[in-house]
Amino acid sequence: MRVALFVTCVNDAVHPSTGIAVVRLLERLGVEVGFPAGQTCCGQPQYNTGYRRETEPLVRRMGRVFEGYDHVVTPSGSCAAMVRDNYPRIARKGSDPELSRVAGSLVPRMYELTEFLVDVLGVTDVGACYPHTVTYHPSCHGLRMLGLGERPRKLLEAVKGLELRELPGAEECCGFGGTFALKNAAVSAAMGEDKVRNAVSTGAEVLCGADNSCLMHIGGILHRQDAPLRALHLAEILASTEEEPHA
Amino acid sequence: MSGTYLGMPSFPEAAGKAVRDETLRGNLRHATHTIRDKRAKAVSELVDWPGLREAGKQIKDRTLRHLDDYLVQLEKSVTAAGGTVHWAADADEANRIVAELVKATGEREVVKVKSMATQEIGLNEALEAEGITAYETDLAELIVQLGEDRPSHILVPAIHRNRGEIREIFARTMSEWGRPAPEGLTDAPAELAEAARLHLREKFLRAKVGISGANFMVAETGTLVVVESEGNGRMCLTLPETLISVVGIEKTVPTWQDLEVFLQTLPRSSTAERMNPYTSTWTGTTEADGPKNFHLVLLDNGRTATLADEVGRQALRCIRCSACLNVCPVYERAGGHAYGSVYPGPIGAILSPQLRGMESEIDASLPYASSLCGACYDVCPVAIDIPEVLVHLRERAAGRGGRGHRLEKAAMKAAGWVLNHPAVLAAGEKVASKTRGLHPKRLPGASAWTDSRDLPELPPEPFRDWWKKNRT
Repeated sequence: MRVALFVTCVNDAVHPSTGIAVVRLLERLGVEVGFPAGQTCCGQPQYNTGYRRETEPLVRRMGRVFEGYDHVVTPSGSCAAMVRDNYPRIARKGSDPELSRVAGSLVPRMYELTEFLVDVLGVTDVGACYPHTVTYHPSCHGLRMLGLGERPRKLLEAVKGLELRELPGAEECCGFGGTFALKNAAVSAAMGEDKVRNAVSTGAEVLCGADNSCLMHIGGILHRQDAPLRALHLAEILASTEEEPHA
Repeated sequence: MSGTYLGMPSFPEAAGKAVRDETLRGNLRHATHTIRDKRAKAVSELVDWPGLREAGKQIKDRTLRHLDDYLVQLEKSVTAAGGTVHWAADADEANRIVAELVKATGEREVVKVKSMATQEIGLNEALEAEGITAYETDLAELIVQLGEDRPSHILVPAIHRNRGEIREIFARTMSEWGRPAPEGLTDAPAELAEAARLHLREKFLRAKVGISGANFMVAETGTLVVVESEGNGRMCLTLPETLISVVGIEKTVPTWQDLEVFLQTLPRSSTAERMNPYTSTWTGTTEADGPKNFHLVLLDNGRTATLADEVGRQALRCIRCSACLNVCPVYERAGGHAYGSVYPGPIGAILSPQLRGMESEIDASLPYASSLCGACYDVCPVAIDIPEVLVHLRERAAGRGGRGHRLEKAAMKAAGWVLNHPAVLAAGEKVASKTRGLHPKRLPGASAWTDSRDLPELPPEPFRDWWKKNRT
C-alpha cells in the first residue's frame, strides 16, 4: 500500500507539527508514508474566492504529484472536500481533458485523516494517550461536505486518559471560511467569538479540530482573549503516546 | 427589482453595523435558534424526508426545463376559468399593469396578503405614486409597514423586532392608517394580536380590491395556492370584488399531485408545522362566490435570465420556506436588512444578484456574504446547493473586475505562480520561518484579521524541511 501525505499549504508553513504528527501516527500503525515534495496547495482559497481559472494549474499539479499512490491522506477535511467536491466541478467547467483525468483519478484516492484511519485501516483505537480534557469542533467541510460523522469522536473516545466534553453549538460554523474572514471581518469575528465562548464554557483544556485553518482562526481569538484553553489539531492528540506525550 | 434597495452599501459595511447592535443580535439569535430546533424535530418525524426532498427538486427542475410549455398551459387554464392573464417582463411593467387594473375599478385602496413578488417590484411605492394606498394585512408585514421599516426575513418579516418595539409601533402609528390601537396596550402577544385583528378587520370589510402573491400555480387547472398561518390571506382572497395576483413565473407546478410534495415540505421547513393552518386555492372566478374579477400578473423580472445560467438556475427551485435563513450563522449576526433585498439570507445572496444583475455594490458583495459552511444546503427542502451557486457567482463578480477585484486577481495570480513553483514556495517559507522573531502579533493599522485575532506564531521550520531532515 503506497500512501502519500498531502500536508496542505497551511500545515506546511504554519502548523508543521500536525504533519509530523500524521507521519508518526501512520508509521506507528505500520503505514509507510511518502511525501512528494512537489506538492503545494489544493487551490481552495483561489477557487472559493471566485478564481477558478487560477486553480487549474494547481489541480493539474495535484494530479501529477500524487500519481502512483494508492491513497492520499490529508489532515484537513476542508482540503479533502475541495478535491472531492470541487475538482469534478472544475473539470466540468474547464475545457481541458487533463482536469477530468485528474479529478477522476484523484477523487477516489483522497482521504481525510480520520476517514483513512477508520475506513481504510479499520482502527478507532490508535494506541494514543492524552490525559487532558478536550472538546471537539467539527469543521463545516468535514461535517457536511465529507460527512465525517462519528469518526473523529470515536477516535478521540478511544484515546487513553482523554475526557471528551460536549461543545455547545458544535455544528455551527466558527466563522473562518477562508477569505470570508477578511472580506466580512466583523461577522467572521462575531461568529468566532461565539464559538470561543462556547468552548470556554466546557471548561476543557483543549479545543480540538481536524482543520488547522479553522483552528488558526479560533486559536487567534483564544490567544487574543487570553482564554484558558488552546486549539490543537486532532492528529497531534492521536500521535501522543505514554512514551512520547504531546509537548 | 425594486428601486427601494438601490444605493445600499455593500454587505460587509451593512453587516458590520448590524453586528454591533446587541438588541438586534439578541432578537435574531433567539428567533432563529427556536425555529431551527423546531424544524429539525418536525423534519425528523418523516422517515421519507430525503425522498420528499429529492422529489421536490425533480419536480421543480422538470418544470423549469419546460417552463415555456407549462406557462402557456397555465394561461389557457386561467383564461378558461374566467381569469385574465397579464405578462410582465420587469418591475415597471408589472407595477403599471397593477396600477391600471386598480384604477379601472375606481378604487383608491387595496388590501394585500403578504407577497414577496410585490415587495420585489416595489408595488406599494408604485401604487402610492398613483394615489393608491396599499394596506399590508399579514401581521408581520403590518408591523413593517406601520414602522416604516423593511422586511428582514422571508417568513417573519419583522423578526428583527421584539414585543416591546411592536407595542410601541402599534400605539404610535395605527391611528395614522385606520383604527387606533386600544388604550393601555401592553406587549402581551394576545393583546398585540387583538389590536392588529381589530385594525385589519376594518380594512378587510371595506376593501373592493385585493392583491396577492402565490406559493404555487397549478398549470393543469389554472389554480393558485397560498399557504399561510393567520387567515388574513384568505380574507384578502375572498372578500374583495377584484383580485389581482402577482406571481413569479417560477412558481408554476404542472399538476395538483405535485402539491402533495410541497405541502409536506414547505410547512415543516418554514414554520416547523406538520401542516400550515390555512391553505387557500383559487381558480378563476365563480358565480356568486368570491371575487368577480380575477387577474394574474405573471412576473419575469430577471427569472428568464437566471434560468439561462446552468449552475445558477437552481435558485429558482426555491419555495421561500426560509429554512436557510434560520440556520445561517451569517444571517443570524448580520440581520436581514444587510442583504439589501426582499430576499435576505443565503437564498437572497444567490437570488438577488441573479435577478438584479451584479452592477450595484450590494449585489456584487452578496455572493461573498457566506463562510460556505453548507448548513443552508443541508436544510433546503428542494436541495439548492447554495454554496455551489455562491462560488459560481463569485467567479462572475471577480471576472467583472471592479472595486478591489483587480488587486485581488493580481494577488491570486501571483500566489498561483508561487504555488506552482514548489522551490520558490519552499524558499519563501524558509525565509518566513527564519525571520519569525521579527513578525508582529498584530498588523499595524486596522487590519481585518488582527482586529479580533492574533496571528499564529510561525514555526522554526516548515514541514517540508522537517521531512527532508528526518525522512530522506
